Amino acid sequence: MKILVLISQVPDTTARIAFTNGNTSYDGTGVTFIVNPYDEWYALVRALELKEAQGGTVTSITVGGADTEATIRKALAIGADDAVRVDAQPNDAFEVAEQIAVYAKDKGYDLILAGKETIDHNGGQVGAMLAELLDMPYLPVVSKLDVAGTTATLECDVKGGVEVCEVALPLVVGCAKGMAEQRIPNIRGIMAARTKPLTVVPGATVEVTARTVAFELPPAKQACKMIPADDAGKLIELLHTEAKVI
Amino acid sequence: MSVLVFIETRGAKVAKAALEALTYGRKVADASGTTVTAVTFGDAPADRLGALNANKVVVARAAKTDDGQQLTKFVSAVAQAEGAQVIVFTQDNLGKAVAPRVAARLKAGQVAGAITLPDTANGFRVKRNVFSGKAQAWVEIKTPIKVISMMANSIPIDPGSSPGGAGGATVEEFSGDLGAARITVKETRAAGAGIPLPEAEIVVSAGRGMKGPENWAGVEELASLLGGATACSRPVADMHWRPHHEHVGQTGVAIRPNCYIAIGISGAIQHLAGVNQSKVIAVINKDPEAPFFKAADYGIVGDAFEVLPKLIEAAKKLKAEH
Ligand SMILES: Cc1cc2nc3c(=O)[nH]c(=O)nc-3n(C[C@H](O)[C@H](O)[C@H](O)COP(=O)(O)OP(=O)(O)OC[C@H]3O[C@@H](n4cnc5c(N)ncnc54)[C@H](O)[C@@H]3O)c2cc1C
Ligand SMILES: Nc1ncnc2c1ncn2[C@@H]1O[C@H](COP(=O)(O)O)[C@@H](O)[C@H]1O
Repeated sequence: MKILVLISQVPDTTARIAFTNGNTSYDGTGVTFIVNPYDEWYALVRALELKEAQGGTVTSITVGGADTEATIRKALAIGADDAVRVDAQPNDAFEVAEQIAVYAKDKGYDLILAGKETIDHNGGQVGAMLAELLDMPYLPVVSKLDVAGTTATLECDVKGGVEVCEVALPLVVGCAKGMAEQRIPNIRGIMAARTKPLTVVPGATVEVTARTVAFELPPAKQACKMIPADDAGKLIELLHTEAKVI
Repeated sequence: MSVLVFIETRGAKVAKAALEALTYGRKVADASGTTVTAVTFGDAPADRLGALNANKVVVARAAKTDDGQQLTKFVSAVAQAEGAQVIVFTQDNLGKAVAPRVAARLKAGQVAGAITLPDTANGFRVKRNVFSGKAQAWVEIKTPIKVISMMANSIPIDPGSSPGGAGGATVEEFSGDLGAARITVKETRAAGAGIPLPEAEIVVSAGRGMKGPENWAGVEELASLLGGATACSRPVADMHWRPHHEHVGQTGVAIRPNCYIAIGISGAIQHLAGVNQSKVIAVINKDPEAPFFKAADYGIVGDAFEVLPKLIEAAKKLKAEH
């Protein structure tokens, strides 16, 4: 089985959120960047499990500048066989999807795994857009994935429950919690990652359909109103009469 | 010219998400002096569709499931036939399977998770949450067709959008080609009797401070008395005290209920990322230094095992009075 895993780089979950250039770009000064948790914990690890059980290859692909290479090496240390970096600075989900589509089009991947969303952009768009560009099915929030022969069986979160679906390969999957358990890279993996192939391909010219033009920080929260523990029932009263939310 | 609104009409009543999307679509249409066409699928009776707040409803009877490819062909075909300028979706699991695909197919810019109406004073800009709710971004769409997936709870439902409100929509059956369904649904498992977490207006959530799964009865009772859903922090789901679909936060479900009550949860930044859009947050924690108090509107410093029974008692009283 030939598996492609979409790996994106995001600021660490505890990173300070600040903006520069008149609030038009994220200020990454002093920030540690990590593999997007959905891509790492679920998409990549499930890809590796499927490969270990059934054979095949796991390639990671990232659209980004040279500054993403440490993150890409992390994916290699966890176990991807090789990595591709499309050398482009995408500004919108559609640009990422088009870059990946151009690369993946004729490569015959059986399975393309993305995270359900990035924790910085939070769009949940790239996987679906890529699937449309490649004419493949896509399931957005998948908590379980198995493959037998050329059929994938998936558990998908839908409104009000879970759907068990069957889809013929190839397909694109948005990977979410439940699919696999996080793997910590070991020393051997980290050593091996240094010499695994990381191919850099030039970015294609893609259409600009949308652009983030300004960022804002949410308004500061008002001070918390404290209620004594002995009088805890007061909380319910205040939520009803003052906040009017229950 | 028109504004297209993709909604789900399966089930006995029109979901809140659909009414919000119709409200959104109507406001966009009014601002540009055009009409609303609702697009939907499944087997809802024509009279129910006709009662929606739309000028026209187009229904694809042949689409039976959430097959993103079939629905994309359908929505795109209607968009082209109508010369739609704006296509509105909801940013839920169905919307995520269709909206980005429609955007890619029509080469239209998309704003995923819109929280405001478009600002057209200067281009076409829509605000959305980014960095898991820690910031917001204005996105400008540069293409003639605009795809907007709106976040739940970001617009009050216009009473006219309720079924039977405006009404009088003409209903058309879609006869175009949908292609074969490629996704086969083998089984559907309902997530218990309660309200699905992403739709709940009130959420009672608990963390590691509850000590063990055997102590959740009170959390469930309070949620049920308030007519809400239960949620939990990530370690609670990881230890299998609670099912994983209850896990809220940066790596779990992101929610924005009217009221979020957090019991025995420290308020780590990754937890806050999934709940900080709640309208009102109440926190119960025995540690006065718990970071959650900084994000809260109401707080009680106290032991959950003493506070929770008092909350239940007060909720019972409130319920009896109303
Ligand atoms: C990349 C990453 C992603 C993550 N994503 C998420 C996520 O999506 N969601 C999430 O929740 N976490 C997430 N986490 C974990 C997060 O950092 C915290 O570890 C977690 O939220 C802590 O859960 P907790 O508050 O239940 O437990 P704890 O941190 O152990 O806190 C328990 C709290 O209960 C209080 N307490 C104890 N006993 C009582 C009592 N008797 N009465 C009242 N209060 C009591 C304590 O004072 C304490 O504040 C993530 C972490 C990482 C690194
Ligand atoms: N720059 C990128 N390079 C590679 N994959 C990406 C990139 N951005 C997003 N993805 C993938 O697409 C998923 C959804 O991203 P998003 O649409 O931004 O929420 C992520 O979880 C990744 O798997």
